[in-house]
Amino acid sequence: MTTPKITLKVVAILATFTTALSLAGCTNPEPDVVVSVKQDATTCELSQTEFGAGIATFAIENVGETTAEFYILKADAEGIVAEVENIGAGLTRELTAELAEGTYIYSCEQMDGGTPIRGELTVTAAKVAATVSPEAQAAIDAYKAFVEDEAATLLAGTTAFADAVKSKEVSAAKALYAPTRVAWERIEPVAESFGDLDPKMDAREGDLDPGVAWTGWHALEKQLWVTGLQADAPALADQLVADTAELVDRIATIELTLSQVSNGAKELLDEVATGKVTGEEERYSHTDLWDFDANVYGALKAVEVSRTILEAKDSQLLAELDATFEALNSELAKHKVGDGFKLYTELSPAEVKALATLVEACSEPLSKMTAALVK
Amino acid sequence: MPLDRRSFFGLAGAATLGAAVGVPATLAATGQFKAFAGGSAVNFYGDHQPGIVTPMQDRLYLASFKVLDVSAEKLKSTLKEMTSAAERMSRGAGAGPIGAVAGQPESPPDDTGEALDLPAARVTFTVGFGESIFDNRFGFASKQPVHFKELPRFAGDEVTPERMGSDLVIQVCADDDQVAFHAIRNLIRISKGTLEPLWLQSGFSGASKAVASPHTPRNLFGFKDGTSNLNVHDSSETSRHLWASDDWMAGGTYLAVRNFRFDIETWDRSALLEQEQVFGRNKGEGAPLSGGTEFTAPDFAAKTATGEKAIAIDSHMALAHPSQHGGAKILRRAYNYSNGADKFGRIDAGLMFLSFQRDLETQFVPIQRALANNDRLNEYIKVIGSGAYACPPGLKPGQYWGYQLFA
Repeated sequence: MTTPKITLKVVAILATFTTALSLAGCTNPEPDVVVSVKQDATTCELSQTEFGAGIATFAIENVGETTAEFYILKADAEGIVAEVENIGAGLTRELTAELAEGTYIYSCEQMDGGTPIRGELTVTAAKVAATVSPEAQAAIDAYKAFVEDEAATLLAGTTAFADAVKSKEVSAAKALYAPTRVAWERIEPVAESFGDLDPKMDAREGDLDPGVAWTGWHALEKQLWVTGLQADAPALADQLVADTAELVDRIATIELTLSQVSNGAKELLDEVATGKVTGEEERYSHTDLWDFDANVYGALKAVEVSRTILEAKDSQLLAELDATFEALNSELAKHKVGDGFKLYTELSPAEVKALATLVEACSEPLSKMTAALVK
Repeated sequence: MPLDRRSFFGLAGAATLGAAVGVPATLAATGQFKAFAGGSAVNFYGDHQPGIVTPMQDRLYLASFKVLDVSAEKLKSTLKEMTSAAERMSRGAGAGPIGAVAGQPESPPDDTGEALDLPAARVTFTVGFGESIFDNRFGFASKQPVHFKELPRFAGDEVTPERMGSDLVIQVCADDDQVAFHAIRNLIRISKGTLEPLWLQSGFSGASKAVASPHTPRNLFGFKDGTSNLNVHDSSETSRHLWASDDWMAGGTYLAVRNFRFDIETWDRSALLEQEQVFGRNKGEGAPLSGGTEFTAPDFAAKTATGEKAIAIDSHMALAHPSQHGGAKILRRAYNYSNGADKFGRIDAGLMFLSFQRDLETQFVPIQRALANNDRLNEYIKVIGSGAYACPPGLKPGQYWGYQLFA
């Protein structure tokens, strides 16, 4: 794994980025708003009282001498929509509320027995949502279906692996380890986007703060290959299955953008470059090439689903991607053994270097794919 | 008479350098502008060791040592000899009393000579003692400062044993790479048989004297680094955050060393937007993403047009900022480095992070822990070296490095 929260944020940022870009052609690209409020015993000033529907954040500064409260009320002043109480004198507090189109009343109140100061808030219709082209939607749908398929495969495989661990069938568990992880590695950026699941499932030894328990694939990898199964192995196996089931559930509800799909592909090759090429990911089983191949497969999938769009927007980039992926895959194919691969420790330094060079060659055009897709 | 580099360098040299940076030759020739011309010497003696509040020089050599199996007497005499050499080199003189070319022809020179024609170049020496020296080998166990110990392991650390804290560290800084190298080389030479270097790392500051106004140097990710640094000109800040006051360490400070390898290649493929979000600052100006200019205080509550935090809570700046750590400040003195290409054909480069603080436990460790657990930058960096050192107060003439430990 890599540091999970980062990936999550990358996804979030790119979502923002895409939204902003897609809306750039429309007017008023911002459905959300920050309203600053300044209040004391006699005044109640809002930076704006009319804005579009969506999430509104009110930053209420109490410049008065007593504790204050701020309310958003329904138009008839009978019901409270949102409120923040106990704003100490001199302090600023925030109130965030999702406001639908309509008229509301705001109310500044000081706890000095005085009358509340009220006014009207007008929330206009939400701006038109970003439109996604049919080609982009088709690409997203295809990628989503791929992720769901892999997640289902992962759950089935993980359950079998966990059963082998629990029945202390070490050689069976070892045989299932790398092939099962292939599904995980193919969809790693999506799995990592759930910041809390990734460290539980895929942390390497030393990744975590010393106070946090080490669980997941690599904890079991160490037991299977190095220490022998420990007393906590059944619990670790059960936890891994539960976390995988949770992953499947969450993937079912995830909403992707094309930028996320494309950026995820770039991250997959970054993973290869920083973790697999160096043999650090599978430091006990040395099955890094399984992961390597799976990461490349997942990255190439993002190119495949975007092919029609890329052909139209940047056919030269697509040609470069095809050529570099083909070179990388044919180099990888040299290390195939049956259904799997050589161990990382069986590769010569020159063979590792050759793979590293081809990963870099692939990563460069891939890093340009997002910009090409959204332009 | 021994050849003194500084006098050898003399007025003609100062004039040349002065002219090169646009100082009138007449002024430079009087010696007034030697400091400006980069030919100045930094006082070796003082209340504090040099190389801490000294304005950052261009170049770094940082050496970590293990004390070999020698007697306390031997260690003491080596430290005395190293101190004399350092004091002489600080003045722009050779490492030994005789010099590179003046000695007996049958004898190896007591200075290696590569700095003969070069100015003192503000060379400084800063010495620190690691936790491992406070054991029974030399009778220093009772001298270990109460709150001083090795840095804990942080999440994601991939530090090999030889890159962890050691018995002794020496930081050499100078405005000239060859002067800095000459300085550390001669100390290593003198210490042979007593000290063994575990590693030696060079670095460059990223600052330039060619630009008119002082500027915050950039790290190898291309971002300004060290904007919210401790103000060494404010004595209330230095007494609160920098100088220790415990026992023999009074006037000293504690050094944290963290060697960050950068994944340059993956960083270079990341989008500008991502890079700026990772740091929480924009790349050009170095301004917080909440707006303003480089030195505008960040507004961590600010939102973007779409309602997200302008500065992500797990951005590097948000996690490291003094306001997130009860106002705790540290004096950063970090250098960039490059060690050529690695075996995978990637650039082996990064940041030799050095910071000085009054107390590691309350200042450095919480900041580093917050970063290690959450920093979005972790995706692009790897910690391969780590160590804590107690840097004693400065010396007076006649004193030597570590004399407090032998007392």
